[in-house]
Amino acid sequence: MSSEFAVRTNALGKRYAATWALRDCTLEIPTGSVTALVGPNGAGKTTLLHLVIGLAKQTCGVVEVLGLSPRDQANELLPRLGFVAQDHPLYRGLTIAETFKLGRQLNRRWNESLATARVGRLGLKMSQKVGSLSGGQQAQVALTLALAKEPELLVLDEPVASLDPLARREFLNAVLEAAVESGVSVILSSHIVSELERVCDYLVTLADGRQQLVGPIREIVASHRLLTGPRSDAASVARVHNVIRESHIGRQTTLLVRANGHVYDTCWEQHEVDLEEIVLAYLGYMPGSGIPTPTLPEMVAQ
Amino acid sequence: MIEFHLDNRSGVPAYLQLVQQVRHAIRLGMLRPGDQLPTVKQVVTSLTVNPNTVLHAYRQLDLEGLVEGRQGVGTFVAADSVPLPPDEVRSLRSSLDRWVSRARGAGLDDESISALIAEAVRPASESRVA
Repeated sequence: MSSEFAVRTNALGKRYAATWALRDCTLEIPTGSVTALVGPNGAGKTTLLHLVIGLAKQTCGVVEVLGLSPRDQANELLPRLGFVAQDHPLYRGLTIAETFKLGRQLNRRWNESLATARVGRLGLKMSQKVGSLSGGQQAQVALTLALAKEPELLVLDEPVASLDPLARREFLNAVLEAAVESGVSVILSSHIVSELERVCDYLVTLADGRQQLVGPIREIVASHRLLTGPRSDAASVARVHNVIRESHIGRQTTLLVRANGHVYDTCWEQHEVDLEEIVLAYLGYMPGSGIPTPTLPEMVAQ
Repeated sequence: MIEFHLDNRSGVPAYLQLVQQVRHAIRLGMLRPGDQLPTVKQVVTSLTVNPNTVLHAYRQLDLEGLVEGRQGVGTFVAADSVPLPPDEVRSLRSSLDRWVSRARGAGLDDESISALIAEAVRPASESRVA
């Protein structure tokens, strides 16, 4: 059974004691997309992922994954999900062969030839102990475990945060290759936005437990512009377009807008903006407070 | 076959960069009718780029009639795609070279020269920019 959406939520919320880790989350992630789930640490990314795979139970609202309820239809859903947790935990004392044996016995669906072929391509031996592998290699073994299930949805929690740039490239390549070969939908969380613009095609931004910017990345990038011009207030632009951020320095005003159609006003010079700058503008933007306080989000520091 | 590259800082969407590189290669004769483009998987893994980006680029080139996809085989440069006439390109290039040395002689730096050229070609492409 295939559904149009890999994940669909409606007014989804999760509260731990008195604290809401996630609230009012309503989104639809299309099947076949590679989705970036971004936001600062503590934004609710892991909570949302845990609700998706049924590891946590929501306080309110609805979550549907591949058309199924992760908690009530877990038996049907779990064989179709691949999950790699943060820091890709594995049994360090086991060899790769033993790790795969475990995978074979714990999973209803298991593609042994896919798993061994991947190990060969990585230049690893089945007899190697997992604990003796580099961080990048362990991440690849964890990914192999998830892919051998031949999942329809692959959920990766901060998969590349701990990897060096080369290992990060190789890991993302392996994920994208799987997406081409099997059409698996992918959701990966990250606090590094810069490299995701290329890798992902759908974006979910969380901050402080609330969703901010959600949608196809190509549309998001195409609709946002940076306008610079002589100092003025943003009111005339704001009548037509959504002003996400405004700043005034000296005689110049800079606006980051989500344009509704074309910006015709010729007193503004228009520039393209990349995804990272757009995301940061949304994370720093407080509705109703006008100019956001210039805090440097953790995302930049990382 | 051509090798794609992506410039993250260019501000040009990735799919459009791929489209432009194929157009460019066809115009200059680096890709000829019947030549095969890299498969989606090859592009995805060599650039670490989203598969839909590549599919979107190939679809756009197909719509423009520059390439044709053959089910299960691959994407090929269309038989009727026409490169720019090489003599014309060579002659344009040498007059441009003369213009550039004149501009340098007048004291313009590379940035000013690029800005002048960008301004001269702008009316043709302005409809694309919002």
